[in-house]
Amino acid sequence: MTATQDQPSPQEVGPTTQAAGSGPYFGDFGGRFVPEALIEALDELATEYDKAKADPEFGAELSRLHRTYTGRPSIITEVPRFAAHCGGARVILKREDLNHTGSHKINNVLGQALLTKRLGKSRVIAETGAGQHGVATATAAALFDLDCVIYMGEEDTRRQALNVARMRLLGAEVVPVTTGSRTLKDAINEALRDWVTNVDSTNYVFGTVGGPHPFPAMVRDLQRIIGVEARQQVLDLTGRLPDVIAACVGGGSNAIGIFHAFLDDTDVRLVGLEAGGDGVESGRHAATISGGAPGVLHGARSFLLQDEDGQTVESHSISAGLDYPGVGPEHSWLSTIGRAEYRPITDAQAMEAFRLLCRTEGIIPAIESAHALAGAMQLGQELTAQGEDPPVILVNLSGRGDKDVETAAEWFSLLDEGTS
Amino acid sequence: MTVTDQVSRTAARIDELRSEGRAALVGYLPVGYPDLEGSIAAARQMVAAGVDIVELGVPYSDPVMDGPMIQRAVEHALASGTRVRDTLRAVEGVAETGVPVLVMTYWNPVVRYGVDAFARDLAAAGGAGLITPDLIPDEAGEWLTASQEHGLDRVFLVAPSSTSERLAMTASASRGFVYAASTMGVTGTRASVGSDAERLVADTRRAGAERVCVGLGVSTAEQAAEVAGYADGVIVGSALVRALVDAESAAAGLDGIAEVAQDLATGIRGARR
Repeated sequence: MTATQDQPSPQEVGPTTQAAGSGPYFGDFGGRFVPEALIEALDELATEYDKAKADPEFGAELSRLHRTYTGRPSIITEVPRFAAHCGGARVILKREDLNHTGSHKINNVLGQALLTKRLGKSRVIAETGAGQHGVATATAAALFDLDCVIYMGEEDTRRQALNVARMRLLGAEVVPVTTGSRTLKDAINEALRDWVTNVDSTNYVFGTVGGPHPFPAMVRDLQRIIGVEARQQVLDLTGRLPDVIAACVGGGSNAIGIFHAFLDDTDVRLVGLEAGGDGVESGRHAATISGGAPGVLHGARSFLLQDEDGQTVESHSISAGLDYPGVGPEHSWLSTIGRAEYRPITDAQAMEAFRLLCRTEGIIPAIESAHALAGAMQLGQELTAQGEDPPVILVNLSGRGDKDVETAAEWFSLLDEGTS
Repeated sequence: MTVTDQVSRTAARIDELRSEGRAALVGYLPVGYPDLEGSIAAARQMVAAGVDIVELGVPYSDPVMDGPMIQRAVEHALASGTRVRDTLRAVEGVAETGVPVLVMTYWNPVVRYGVDAFARDLAAAGGAGLITPDLIPDEAGEWLTASQEHGLDRVFLVAPSSTSERLAMTASASRGFVYAASTMGVTGTRASVGSDAERLVADTRRAGAERVCVGLGVSTAEQAAEVAGYADGVIVGSALVRALVDAESAAAGLDGIAEVAQDLATGIRGARR
């Protein structure tokens, strides 16, 4: 088997998967809008990744790591008590929250860490917002004995102090970024500056399906295992494909990871739930496709939140992991061609879904993933109103909520009540 | 005859200086620092003090090729409300001095403005062309067309990591000059200019570039003289910006700019070629 054992063989590839391709472009989106100084490194990475995809050793090693370290395959869980709030739909969760380090991010970083070794590089850098990708990268760096520097907006280091400590426990250096809005987008800027300067020794482990080619296609391929597993698991459980797949979208890696295996299942609706913050009309949101416009940011042409001068606008979301003004170019393309839909979920809607899953199923989701749960509540009600048989909704539960307990406690005023 | 046939003013100026036996001094300042009028005055001041070609930066929210000094100035410019269209006013104000004025811009503000519209308005304002740090020729189709149409320079960057194929491709896509990044990194002052720079200039010429200017990390007269020994132009940014940032008043800032520019100009004129 190859690295791509979780990828379809050419004869299985349907038209949409084929059109999605492997970059650099997804329709009008994608590309490499970066300084010339990075082109050699991007070329080198793309070439090495192509070689790795064709190398059975790479695939075997990644599979072994997923089996023995990540905890794959991740299970699916049907959640009937939660589904009662979804208009009577059947709701099935893909449990990426049970992965080592607590989210889908590990799928990507293990692949990129293996690539770093193949490139002969000894140092990795990464950006992080909430800290999940930073923790996953620090974890892989510890496992593979790589020097690791994580760039994190100063604002986020304050909001996610425990994740900073986790990364330091794992041996990573965490650099608070004090420029711009001091959040994820500025952490990416600083990581790019580091990479331009240290590209000989350093691989940039990009955390999402954004950035310059080959990151969008490569990170998608590494996350694709989510959908490949889930597709079979849902078939085994229900005897059919789901009607709808719901996944939250910040940069969009967990969503593309679960969508991609279903691109050619044209009866399966793909719905990305963006962070609507206080509501798209308020201007305080991170719903890039719902409320943004095409432009160029962080190396790719895609939708982004920008003002009339093309300056990036600060995003807002209760979920640090979705609080990003850009989105991966493949999502922009899927939206433009109508294969996937994107809709905003407000902070309040996400937190209601968060609370419900905790109370009905005993699962504390990441607030990011709670946006997908809120989407399932809306979609379930819409579908059953249309009078269909109980529809099946597959939700990508991309991460667990341990990191969000403080935010949730504040939101629900749990600390003031003393007991709850 | 179309505008396409016009000779690049930037190239003409570099050739003129070359015939005088010296390299060009290219000075960068961001538009809107300390304010719009102040940035125009500062750019005119550096021309008076010996800068041959001006590079005006469009303030941008995500300047990935810039180090702390320029980031700071640009953040200030944006926070005080500098707009992309202010760049065109600044170009007009500085072009009056008669020197070629290039605009250094990250790509998204141009995309948002409209590539052809920006080229048209830049040409109308008397601008010479664009320096595009995050746009490589591979992605520049629309800009190649618009710059051709409006007779503007296309200054693309090359880096010590560029392959010979990419040097050739970039040289052939550029108009005015090719910007050679002296070192792998971002803007800012450095103790020494990388030894990579001289090799890169030679390689870029071999790849077909007629004019190559060197930027990133040049801040002192000695460094300028050294670079002027092998390049067609010496690009200085952070050292000039620092003179403004460190100044206690607008007047002191202008004095500081004059002092830094004069010093660099003297260095260049003393270079052995």
